[in-house]
Amino acid sequence: MLLKVENLQAEIDDKQILKGLNLEVKPGEVHAIMGPNGAGKSTLANVLSGRDDYEVTAGSVTFDGEDLLELDADDRARKGVFLAFQYPVEIPGVSNKLFMQTALNAVREERGLPALDMFDFDEFAKAKIELLDMRADLLERSVNVGFSGGEKKRNDIFQMALLEPKLCILDETDSGLDIDALRVVANGVNALRSEDRSFIVVTHYQRLLDYIKPDHVHVLYDGKIVKSGGFELVHELEEHGYDDIIQQHNKD
Amino acid sequence: MADAQQITELQLQGVQETSQYQEIDDLISKNQHYKEGFVTTTAVETFAKGLNEDVVRAISAKKNEPEWMLEFRLKAFAYWQTLEEPHWAKLNYTPLDYQDYSYYSAPECGSCAGSCDTEQEAENEIDPEVAKAFAELGVPLTGDDSNVAVDAIFDSISVSTTKREDLAELGIIFCSFSEAVQDYPELVQKYIGTVVPHHDNFFAALNSAVASDGTFVYIPEGVRCPIDLSTYFRINEAKTGQFERTILIAEKGSYVSYLEGCSAPARDTYQLHAAVVEVIVHEDAEVKYSTVQNWYPGDEDCEGGILNFVTKRGICEGKNSKLSWTQAETGSAITWKYPSCILKGDNSIGEFYSVALTNRKQQADTGTKMIHIGKNTRSTIISKGLSAGTSENTYRGLVKVLPSAEGARNFTQCDSMLIGDKCGAHTFPYIEAENPTAQLEHEATTSRIGEDQLFYCKQRGISEQDAISMIVNGFCKDVFSELPLEFAQEAEELLAISLEGSVG
Repeated sequence: MLLKVENLQAEIDDKQILKGLNLEVKPGEVHAIMGPNGAGKSTLANVLSGRDDYEVTAGSVTFDGEDLLELDADDRARKGVFLAFQYPVEIPGVSNKLFMQTALNAVREERGLPALDMFDFDEFAKAKIELLDMRADLLERSVNVGFSGGEKKRNDIFQMALLEPKLCILDETDSGLDIDALRVVANGVNALRSEDRSFIVVTHYQRLLDYIKPDHVHVLYDGKIVKSGGFELVHELEEHGYDDIIQQHNKD
Repeated sequence: MADAQQITELQLQGVQETSQYQEIDDLISKNQHYKEGFVTTTAVETFAKGLNEDVVRAISAKKNEPEWMLEFRLKAFAYWQTLEEPHWAKLNYTPLDYQDYSYYSAPECGSCAGSCDTEQEAENEIDPEVAKAFAELGVPLTGDDSNVAVDAIFDSISVSTTKREDLAELGIIFCSFSEAVQDYPELVQKYIGTVVPHHDNFFAALNSAVASDGTFVYIPEGVRCPIDLSTYFRINEAKTGQFERTILIAEKGSYVSYLEGCSAPARDTYQLHAAVVEVIVHEDAEVKYSTVQNWYPGDEDCEGGILNFVTKRGICEGKNSKLSWTQAETGSAITWKYPSCILKGDNSIGEFYSVALTNRKQQADTGTKMIHIGKNTRSTIISKGLSAGTSENTYRGLVKVLPSAEGARNFTQCDSMLIGDKCGAHTFPYIEAENPTAQLEHEATTSRIGEDQLFYCKQRGISEQDAISMIVNGFCKDVFSELPLEFAQEAEELLAISLEGSVG
């Protein structure tokens, strides 16, 4: 088991958002988390990646045998938890190259690997740029500054490719993307799928999932997973919306 | 340029979500290390506190100055007495008691200033404690370091000037101001007060009256100074003012890169620093003037820090001359400083690159003046202000184009960065264009290192400390690239130290 979330409860600004969430992710699996607005999807992504604003009030999260909640955000990242942001952040004056070289070397240090110098990093990064079919000038630009929405998301996927994490969490990466950008992101995810890399894809829409074809689909509602299934659940939701599931849940 | 004459104030006082920056604030408030804060104990001769005409005469006598220098001082002192301490800057300080400072202090051996003529002699005569102090600061007094010549100034006097013989072969004069008064009186007399007259402002007048020591640089026609010239200023005695006077003259077609560094021990009382720098750049000459200012900023509340009131100005006298000011200001409780360029020669160029960092309760009001007089004169201003803690950081700059300055151009970029939510950043750009052919551009941005940026970096595995230093250095990059290599390194390290605690 790569990730085991048990009875997770979390709040922000004294408002409880997660109300006892359970989730198990094995290596190599792709899980989709769907649900209506306000269900707690982004909260789950942020709590797993260690954002300070959220307070975990109960439950446990085990990642690769370790208590994830005990670790700082940067430690979690170094141990292989990656979050693709809903809104990737701009950092003026810092080149993508410096940013990613610093990040990669921090992660490599954790793995007991030697740091990559500028030249090694360039080669490593170029291979990833080709793999993902991205623009070559990506590295020279300041982190996300002046990027379109689609470029920012692609940059996040590129960073994911560089850092080679064990668990990739995509927090509504598909929101605001046109169909071409969506395809690039989906292709990126598919290119990075492997036996020892798992994904949690948080999304509102089925579009991205049509490209990615997750192994498991979960419906999150009111801070809990109320229904789980295979890829077929995506189309069930597409046809009937969340209402049936929500009504069913409220009845129980 | 009607709309260009506006005065803008960008004021960003964080009011939202106090908790959001709690962590940063906590980290910033941790104690910091001012590693230059040690005190040197040595036999010194220090004048009793107080300032009057007799003190001015005594300083002059101590330095065995000629009559004209004494007269310059007395004239300035008489004028200073008619002035009131200025408080127009965005700096909050109680008026100083000028009688509560001593206006002359020197290590005892140093009273021979002017007679220590050769490096060998100078070396022998440096007080060992003083030599140790400079060694700890990493300032080479022996001239072994081949890339730089150093003038080391301890309190009121210059204790050592290295490499002067090598330089003399090229006709370059690099000595303390006191020596120049003795040995090159006609040069000093010709230039002193021509760029910053004694009646320029309150602190310039005070400096002119009680000038302690400083550096004198003269680059003869057509000479490209092969090494960087450097002055290191050290205030050691408590309650002592340092009033250095520096004059730098670049004759036709010459070039020099001049650097200065500053530090002071940690004291619990304010120390006063009021310097005047005059730079004269003749036809086709170029001067690069770089400063890394790391005066003691005081304790948590900036009590006891250096009060830094500096008038720096250069004139591009001849055609095609060029003057660049680059400064990294990280220290002092209060900084009041506007290195300026008077662009008199046609096609002359003035540049100002500045990084000013304030933390805790530090206050800085700094910027530049670019006065365009000659035709096709150009100026560039790049100012980066960083505020952390509860500090206030102000950019104040004037771009003035006189009617004669046909085709003048200016580019100004003022960027402010706020670290945390209790600090302030302010921008006061003054633009006065009196020639319709002038092209003036002004860009300004304000950004904040926020939790979002830090979380983004941390989520990629980058520690908070590395994240802040990366963001800050990225922000300052345009300026640091103008500093000589070693200074750029030092400036980056200084920023890291000054922000230590803001980064865990």
